Amino acid sequence: MWDYTDQTKEHFLNPHNVGFIDDFDGIGEVGSLACGDALKLTFKLDADERISDAKFQTFGCASAIASSSALTEMVKGLTLDEAAKITNEDIADYLGGLPKEKMHCSVMGRDALEKAIAHYRGEEEKKIEGEIVCECFGVTDIQIRRAVTENNLTTIDGVSDYVKAGGGCSKCHDKIQFIIDDELGNAPQTAKKPVALTNIQKIKMIDATLEREVKPSLKQDGGDIELVDVDGNRVMVKLRGSCASCSKSEITLKHYVESKLKELVSQELVVEEV
Amino acid sequence: MKAVYVDNNATTRVAPEVVEEMLPYFSDLYGNPSSMHAFGGSVGAKLTAAREQVATLLGATPEEILFTSCGTESDSTAIHAALQSNPDKRHIITSRVEHPAIKSLGEHLANQGYRVTFVPVDRQGRLDLDFLYKHLSDDTAIVSVMWANNETGTIFPVEEIAREVRSRGIVFHTDAVQAVGKIPINMADSAVDMLSLSGHKLHAPKGLGVLYVRKGTKFAPFLMGGHQEGGRRAGTENTSSIIGMGRAAQLAMDSMEDENTRVKAMRDKLETELLKRVPACMVNGDPENRLPNTTSIAFEYVEGEAILLLMDQHGICASSGSACTSGSLEPSHVLRAMGVPFTAAHGTIRYSLSIYNTEEEIDFIIDKMPPIIERLRQMSPFWKEG
Repeated sequence: MWDYTDQTKEHFLNPHNVGFIDDFDGIGEVGSLACGDALKLTFKLDADERISDAKFQTFGCASAIASSSALTEMVKGLTLDEAAKITNEDIADYLGGLPKEKMHCSVMGRDALEKAIAHYRGEEEKKIEGEIVCECFGVTDIQIRRAVTENNLTTIDGVSDYVKAGGGCSKCHDKIQFIIDDELGNAPQTAKKPVALTNIQKIKMIDATLEREVKPSLKQDGGDIELVDVDGNRVMVKLRGSCASCSKSEITLKHYVESKLKELVSQELVVEEV
Repeated sequence: MKAVYVDNNATTRVAPEVVEEMLPYFSDLYGNPSSMHAFGGSVGAKLTAAREQVATLLGATPEEILFTSCGTESDSTAIHAALQSNPDKRHIITSRVEHPAIKSLGEHLANQGYRVTFVPVDRQGRLDLDFLYKHLSDDTAIVSVMWANNETGTIFPVEEIAREVRSRGIVFHTDAVQAVGKIPINMADSAVDMLSLSGHKLHAPKGLGVLYVRKGTKFAPFLMGGHQEGGRRAGTENTSSIIGMGRAAQLAMDSMEDENTRVKAMRDKLETELLKRVPACMVNGDPENRLPNTTSIAFEYVEGEAILLLMDQHGICASSGSACTSGSLEPSHVLRAMGVPFTAAHGTIRYSLSIYNTEEEIDFIIDKMPPIIERLRQMSPFWKEG
């Protein structure tokens, strides 16, 4: 069971402001049935341009409903400039925190509010900016970058928790990692393959690939690998730990290590155990 | 508040008879069956009896029964044994709707350089048998297909598949964790080589699994150490649980008819009434070939976790195929493999009954569900009345 706070449970069981304002001043819709959650937010302004009423309709889990309820409470009485400053963290804080896997619910609230304000201000139909990175959930590189910087995310799982990207088929994980590395200031070493590699470049890339892609999964099985030498396209490695005595080490080398290096460094590489 | 428990595919109540059988083996008769003294030896005799009881349930011989720590261990042991004893074969066939115990293992082995074929299913959850047979090859070390699916209750034609696979000289394993105790299984008249079951799904305690290994099947142990289980599974026996499992096996045989008449009738009533009373919902899975205790119902336009939490307010315990309950972002791999639309998969609830459920409980659920779905739909931006 999820560890929801009392505030979250309360806002789920007795949500505030469910509904739709027919003569709304602003409306924002985010999410879809396919994504598993969606929110339609409407608000009404008073004579002083403050939000006098806000209502929501939400399809989603308990935390999505609670986040929507919280959001509508938070914006009441605010000017649009004040409301625009609300972040997803503010929504989560209002509920006493959300489980990290559920942070995307608070992001959905923030996004709906942003859209509703933009709608009122006539900035409607903003084109989707950036390039779709995660096709499962339709998330762009710009959205991922924003989530990474605003929430100090450092892992793909973190990105999935906040904006869902990478939580489906996982084909986009390399691209998400690239964005994270880029935002963290680490020059990604394997993302762009130079046409011709110098020997030094090649060795560096092989080493980086082994470190990042190969070692972690070998270590799960109690094994390890060490780069001994690179001669032309021959990559010489030493297997350690449980890999050293494993009857399947030959297969691990050929099918796993070699295919990773071929994929990420160069198709010409051949791996040998020494 | 009294729990109305319809989540028996997740785990079951330990039968009071089973508990009673187990109790003396904690503080009084705590001997190690491997010991030379009579104190330990008496426990050994009880284990022999339990092994016979489990063998009887499966139509097997006692030597074909291995006790393990859980269904997952049984599954891992079976696959490991087949791969170890056929080191030159690098291909595995399984289905796309297996329990994670097989699914994750298959994915792991694929990363280790094995070729793993995942057989698809149709919209009703029925296996594509032609696809399976077409992919059998001399390189195939093992085929593993579950007997019945945990999420939908769909029963696969395991006997038929086993005969075809065996005729090609390939080992066949089945994860029968959901099937044993609910439908008749007879290994004496079967081509299945290995079969996994789990104690806590049939009113025995958690932490006890069984692997049936047909006599003559090539085997390699997964856990190594002592000589227990004939050298095929090391580790001191979980004596009290094994003894409980023996009693549970006996009870399962006695209650099989009740399961297929009274429990099935309650399941059918629950299903029929919910379909009648709640608009826009449907049953997932093969209505023909299905476990008698399971129904998986998709409520469109609402989300499963929210449904479960509102059910929980009434003490009703069930499961969901939705993404949000698991912490993943996509709905159940079983429903996706079946091509259940996302609109329905997110709002899928699995009810799984047991012999301990009563007619009153079913009526209670039938009474409470429609307002829960209605309440969430009123909140949903996708729900348009009528």
